[in-house]
Amino acid sequence: MLYRPCLAERRRPCRVAVTGLGLVTPLGIGAAAHAEAFPSGRAAFRPVTLFDVSRQRVKRAGEVDVPPGLPATRLGGREAARMDRAGRMVLWAAHEAWSQAGWGRMTDGGLDVTPVVLGTTSGGMTLGEAYFRAAHAPVPEHPGQVTRLVHYQPQRQAQDVAAALGLGGDITVIANACASGANAIGHAFQKVRSGRARRVLAGGYDALCQLVFAGFDSLQALSPTRCRPFDASRDGLMLGEGAAVVCLEEWEAARERGAAVLGEVCGYGVATDVHHLTQPEPGGLAALAAMRAACAQAGVTPWEVGYVNAHGTGTPANDVAEARAIMAWAGEQASRMPVSSTKAAMGHLLGAAGAVEAAACLLALAGQWLPPQLGGGEPDPACGFPLVREPTRRAFEWALTNSFGFGGANASLVLRRAS
Amino acid sequence: MSGVFLHGWGAVSPAGWASGLMWEALRDRRQIDPQPLPWPGRPDPMLARRVPAPSPRPAILAHPRLRRSSPLSQFVVAAAMEALGGMAGEATGPSFRLGIVCSIFTGCIGYSRRFYGEVLREPSTASPIVFPETVFNAPASHLGAVLGARAANYTLVGDEGGFIHGMALAAQWLEDNLVDGCLVVGAEEADPITCDAMGRVAQGVVVAEGAGAVWMGRGPGRVELAAVTSPEFFMDRRGRSVAIARARTQWEGVAREGTPMMSNAPCGARGGWVFPGPVLGEGLGATGAWQVVAAAEALAAGASSTGEVVVETAGSNEQVIAAVLRAGKPAASGPRGEGVPL
Repeated sequence: MLYRPCLAERRRPCRVAVTGLGLVTPLGIGAAAHAEAFPSGRAAFRPVTLFDVSRQRVKRAGEVDVPPGLPATRLGGREAARMDRAGRMVLWAAHEAWSQAGWGRMTDGGLDVTPVVLGTTSGGMTLGEAYFRAAHAPVPEHPGQVTRLVHYQPQRQAQDVAAALGLGGDITVIANACASGANAIGHAFQKVRSGRARRVLAGGYDALCQLVFAGFDSLQALSPTRCRPFDASRDGLMLGEGAAVVCLEEWEAARERGAAVLGEVCGYGVATDVHHLTQPEPGGLAALAAMRAACAQAGVTPWEVGYVNAHGTGTPANDVAEARAIMAWAGEQASRMPVSSTKAAMGHLLGAAGAVEAAACLLALAGQWLPPQLGGGEPDPACGFPLVREPTRRAFEWALTNSFGFGGANASLVLRRAS
Repeated sequence: MSGVFLHGWGAVSPAGWASGLMWEALRDRRQIDPQPLPWPGRPDPMLARRVPAPSPRPAILAHPRLRRSSPLSQFVVAAAMEALGGMAGEATGPSFRLGIVCSIFTGCIGYSRRFYGEVLREPSTASPIVFPETVFNAPASHLGAVLGARAANYTLVGDEGGFIHGMALAAQWLEDNLVDGCLVVGAEEADPITCDAMGRVAQGVVVAEGAGAVWMGRGPGRVELAAVTSPEFFMDRRGRSVAIARARTQWEGVAREGTPMMSNAPCGARGGWVFPGPVLGEGLGATGAWQVVAAAEALAAGASSTGEVVVETAGSNEQVIAAVLRAGKPAASGPRGEGVPL
């Protein structure tokens, strides 16, 4: 049963371990590649080749070199052949995480009830666009329309991941705009922490598509120069694509089965900004509420947090609101709180962003480095905290990552180094 | 009384802008006539069961956040406000943690179609006003803004079963004390491209639009959420039949003997209501919500001899899921308490 009234006393919340991590971004394929790329700060933008941008104001983004083929899973060749770019990226990431966690070797039958929680903003929108074009052709085209219809929907991509990896629990697809990936990991964290699931596969994904690219361009939110989060002269975000998936499980159960623990999810906070559909409340109050809630659940203070992975899109309105939130949250600690945005290197991955940035924090905690944003200019005056501008080694135990999205979706996660 | 309850519900449907109107259409087995839905550039319109223009227009639709919003957003807000009813004042208070779960299938498809058409014609003039309204969580965002709800707000994407899944999520939030109350809304707007798509996978089905909402909180209350089954997933037509059978095995262990079922799939020998298809049409994201709202009305009207109704939603392409609803307070003999022949 997904729900029965809880008549018995709830068990004590349990610790939540990360035992698998998979990454696909413009920076590369796989966690190992990112453990090299993130600390270097190198950027991965190039001219868009996936669709026509000749009449767009901005023509660059972070494209992924998606590997040919797919990892060997339970999916048949026909199903695999029908998957779109977004589905392929999330399957690569999910397979990496699942393999690393060793879930494929488990024999306790638990995978039959293992849930999947994914976040996305547009699912298989490239197929939706193709459906539209075929339907609106002067002579409407019919071949392939049913396949496009079925596979453009996000629930199908989640089902494909579950089927590929033999996961038989409930499937949840959260579409909270650019906070979706963080919400997915946070929701999965809650499921394990509360004892409703022993383990959950969770993450976020999105592929570049014409509708969304043109949408951000129409809002003049895209940078015609370079993504420079928190710079005084920043002029917008750059889009990217990718996927990140993590395997979450009960800490004790993971240790008992001898799994390598990569890190820990300790806190999750959400808040809704009701100011405007696309603009944050200038004071960053909802962001502040999400950060405080995540830290309260984790039981940490800003004094203990060694790094903040900011949402940091590079848009004028977002960065100043987030900076004010970080300043209010960190208080006296602000002047010593290292902050950076990995969007400077790979772009805004939308539904994948929160998951990829949580994964970046886990890698940073494991490697004891901070991801820099290179080549910045004068910081915005609202930033009373140090921006990580160059490759940096640092001993730290806790990281906080922010994800904010259209519609006022605000989510923060607190992550801890494996101890 | 422990547990989680439905304290109120609301619906916008082809039957009108109130749950009572939808219940009457079901009770009277009154089919709503499809209406033409123009498809720009195509000579022939599609057919869909549309939501009639409200009369009078709900005052809440004049809210500034809804000025340029999609029909979907307006359905969501209107259904949610009906569900809140007299509780709106308390639920929007500064200390009240009001959660929102919005379950959708195609989302703001009308604006998405319009915006992408503009992009293909000339991207430099594509409307920046339209694009934000295409985002999946725009309706839930508008609802949150209208109510001043700053707590958790999730938009779930899935097939028709997503609404009951959303109710389970809300129940868990309540149990975990993350919210003080939660609105769960399922919604859909009719669009020619949706009609075109449905025609390819389910011939003869007429798409309908609207929304349903339930206002959930801790007890006691009018209707108790007794259980939600684990979703049974499928990927093809044959798998769907198997999933229906498996879901029924789950809820049979919870519901009282002889409890009527409200399903959007054939009920077989069990009897009950097949809803909303024959009455309202295929509501996609609204289907599960309409079913739950109708079941709550049935319980309130004393139309179930066991005091329970099983709501079963068999989705189009993802899951079969069911909820067992139980009368909370003794069934009231209200104005719609005439019962429904089973």
